[in-house]
Amino acid sequence: MIAFDTVSYSYAGSAAPLFGGVSLELARGSFHFLTGPSGAGKTTFMRLCYGALLPSDGRVSLFGQDSAQMDRNAVALARRKIGVVHQDCKFLDHLPLKENVALPLKVSAQSKLADDKNISELLSWVGLSGRANALPPELSGGERQRAALARAVIMSPDVILADEPTGNIDWEMSQRLLRLLVELNSLGKTIVIATHDLSLIRTAKTMVQARVLRIAGGSVQIAGADL
Amino acid sequence: MNLREALNRNDAGSIVPPSGITAQLTLLTAAAMAVLCVFALTLSLAAQRIAQDWEDALAHSATVRINAPDEARSAERDAVMEVLLTTPGIAAAREITLDEQKTLLAPWLGEDAPIDMLNLPVLIAITQADPPYDATGLRLRLSAQAPSAVLDEHSRWRAPIVAAAQKLRLMGWGGIVLIGFAMAAMVILATTASLAANAPIIEVLRLIGATDRFIARAFVARFTLHAALGAGVGSALAAGVILSLPDGASVLGFANLALGGADWLWVALIPFAASAVAFAATQAAASIKLKGLT
Ligand SMILES: Nc1ncnc2c1ncn2[C@@H]1O[C@H](COP(=O)(O)OP(=O)(O)OP(=O)(O)O)[C@@H](O)[C@H]1O
Ligand SMILES: [Mg+2]
Repeated sequence: MIAFDTVSYSYAGSAAPLFGGVSLELARGSFHFLTGPSGAGKTTFMRLCYGALLPSDGRVSLFGQDSAQMDRNAVALARRKIGVVHQDCKFLDHLPLKENVALPLKVSAQSKLADDKNISELLSWVGLSGRANALPPELSGGERQRAALARAVIMSPDVILADEPTGNIDWEMSQRLLRLLVELNSLGKTIVIATHDLSLIRTAKTMVQARVLRIAGGSVQIAGADL
Repeated sequence: MNLREALNRNDAGSIVPPSGITAQLTLLTAAAMAVLCVFALTLSLAAQRIAQDWEDALAHSATVRINAPDEARSAERDAVMEVLLTTPGIAAAREITLDEQKTLLAPWLGEDAPIDMLNLPVLIAITQADPPYDATGLRLRLSAQAPSAVLDEHSRWRAPIVAAAQKLRLMGWGGIVLIGFAMAAMVILATTASLAANAPIIEVLRLIGATDRFIARAFVARFTLHAALGAGVGSALAAGVILSLPDGASVLGFANLALGGADWLWVALIPFAASAVAFAATQAAASIKLKGLT
């Protein structure tokens, strides 16, 4: 699905790269956690995965295409196959939640799939049935994250990238979100979750074969079994 | 605001929040441009009619005047007639009788002026054929045959008016073209401003896989609709003004500003032309601007 080949990345103006020489593959149906201290580059790693950033060195291939060679149209098409829960969960603040969640369908000209039944099922799946008509600014941080997850999966994407999806929600709800992601994984979706929450990783490991990637000290390593 | 809702209801359009002042100004400016366009069109068509009418009149507006003293007069008249009837490009030549001259002079001298006492010249009216005669050649032949004969072409003073009317018509069309340019520029500015103002929304749309085409469509639809609506209202208003002019009112003493049946087709075209201009302008502006927005 997504493959990194000796990728390094540094933001313009920064001296040392955030990470370098990263080669790995996010294979179809795999389940990855991405962890590391704040500022290590987890979000940056995610951005490389959906073509919002291009590697400073090496190459990232999205569904077999070199991301550096893709034009904006090709990136847009690739993003329809990658559901992203962004750390800052951006929405269109003037549209009610249910329309925001259905937006990826609209954008890819599949509005007909966005019937109310589908949307309300999806919203109850993330525990937001009662908030369908709320505007995004009226939602709590945790509600926004769940809404972002609903929006990320509505296109039934091949890959789901979730950046701190449980950052603002209680343990109960985060367990529930995890189960949802595990369920999606069992349907063959590739899942990547960036998180600081080690207990979440431990719980996940009881449910699914998950690999933990740790970004630290300028490289990305596969973490040991001690987690 | 039912109208605003209607304008924003299209699929891509509702994704971009109502753009308030920019879209409204587009509507107003399009209306103003359409009014100006109708006026320019009306003037242009009136000028065209003047040019046409007077050009036709020019064809029948030459005379030969013979001033010879009494004894030479009839000889010169016969010579002139001979010349005229053998000159190619002249359809007919006819002497204007004394009675006709009297009628012509009556407004100036009064009905009962003793015209017989005046030494009036002989006047011969020429009807031009198509192609017309060569005036210089005709003058040479006349001066050889009848030294006192003078060819008087009214075109000498009418031709500049026809030329002026033709220029006026061109200026009208030029004005319409300029209005089109101004309209395009205004729509480009409005679209660009609106795209810039909505950069955060465009960012979100891109993150969820929107192509430039999709994003552009939202803006193109909105500004094209506003421009079309504005131009429609403006043209209708201007048409109302033209219709309310007193019937047969003449401007500058000779031109009627009323529009004929076919002319209204031009007016009806204005909203469509405005929409086409707005569509092309927004499309161009959006695709350029979207390349700049990351
Ligand atoms: N647009 C940017 N320009 C320059 N530097 C940036 C930019 N975005 C992030 N950085 C820097 O890059 C580093 C990695 O940022 P990133 O957001 O990837 O970290 P993270 O691992 O996601 O952190 P957190 O756990 O806090 O979300 C940080 O030091 C950050 O300050
Ligand atoms: Mg981050």
